[in-house]
Amino acid sequence: MRYVDEFRQARLARGLAGAIAREADPERQYRLMEFCGGHTHAIFRHGIQDLMPDNVHFLHGPGCPVCVLPTGRLDHAIQLVERHDVILCTYGDMLRVPGRGRGTLLKIKAEGGDVRMVYSTLDALRIARDNPRREVVFFAIGFETTAPATAVALSQARAEGLANFSVFCNHVLTPAAMRGLLTASSGPVSIDGFLGPAHVSAVIGSRPYEFVARAFRRPVVIAGFEPLDIMQSVYMLVRQLNAGRHEVENEYTRVVTREGNARAQALVSEVFGVRNAFEWRGLGQLPRSALRIKEGYAAHDAERRFTVFSRGNPPDARGCECPSILRGIKKPTDCKLFGRVCSPDHPIGACMVSPEGACAAYWRYRRCRRPSVVAESPAVS
Amino acid sequence: MDGNGMATVSLGGITKEISMILVENVEAGDFVLVHAGYALARISQEEARRTLSLMAEAGLTESGAL
Repeated sequence: MRYVDEFRQARLARGLAGAIAREADPERQYRLMEFCGGHTHAIFRHGIQDLMPDNVHFLHGPGCPVCVLPTGRLDHAIQLVERHDVILCTYGDMLRVPGRGRGTLLKIKAEGGDVRMVYSTLDALRIARDNPRREVVFFAIGFETTAPATAVALSQARAEGLANFSVFCNHVLTPAAMRGLLTASSGPVSIDGFLGPAHVSAVIGSRPYEFVARAFRRPVVIAGFEPLDIMQSVYMLVRQLNAGRHEVENEYTRVVTREGNARAQALVSEVFGVRNAFEWRGLGQLPRSALRIKEGYAAHDAERRFTVFSRGNPPDARGCECPSILRGIKKPTDCKLFGRVCSPDHPIGACMVSPEGACAAYWRYRRCRRPSVVAESPAVS
Repeated sequence: MDGNGMATVSLGGITKEISMILVENVEAGDFVLVHAGYALARISQEEARRTLSLMAEAGLTESGAL
């Protein structure tokens, strides 16, 4: 077993497509939100939407880490390089996100700023060890999946006395965003059920989603990343909805347990506390939705070490629909910029930057199968 | 696996040094879920088999054919 090919078998996919078609009630609509950029990518890459009956819809939720980061935070990271001359380390996706005046970290780097792409927080620690006379900041982004890696780096930096290493923490929390979507003051998004994230749940377990089922009466199925995982999870959601059930079920049992990874959770709570509120792009301020670095690690907290100016969030480019796309209200093809001036080579909005963003996935795999959409906006050649 | 919690992991043909610091009870030869340089979970073969048979079962029509 290699855990990839087995979960891509065409024979099983045909069987599951048939099962979903038989199970789905033609009298109702199923609006299922995936909450993970990896799922968004997989749904497009494998053409899963085309295997679904017409009344089963995927809503692409705010599951792409670089897409949900407000541009004001990117502006702070840029100031760390421009005003404080730090070596700024971050994951590759972050480098191309346009910020104020359409400037990106890649552009700052081209102009001489010391911005480095790292694969892992261990690389950032190494850069700090190799450059003892320079300040090295790890620009930390991501959900619960990457927070443990940042926690390891902070705890190692403190243990080693690596005084020139700090973290600009932007880690956000998935369950809080689900709550935010379901209680939005601008009117809740119409979601019938959730495909729960895979890697996030490997860390936090399936238990933190139980309030969604209990308080909001929406089913959640934790889904793996392979096409059969997603199809099986859709099948499980459709069955729950038909039976009027709303429970947390776990399709990805080969990785996810109810309790999650206890060692990773312990490290995260040793190093991080929860912020009272944090701004998400598209969702606004969400209570208790992000992590901050605890007092004991203050010496390695870039937000305490460096003064940056809060210039607010630069306005989104005119016509950019990223905020609505992140909430599942609009599709990328509803955006006037999509495919015209905004493309992966020239992204205007964050959803086009990361391959996990809904716009980049739409662009790459050209899923414009809905005739109404094609009729309303002429296809781009 | 070395003393610093690093292990050599084959990722679809390429090999990389991956930290095992966040997982317990992982042995040489196991499959792990890797994210940004860290193993986050050990993949259970037994559960994988069970999921595959649930998928096959769901796809069965009343006549028993896939």
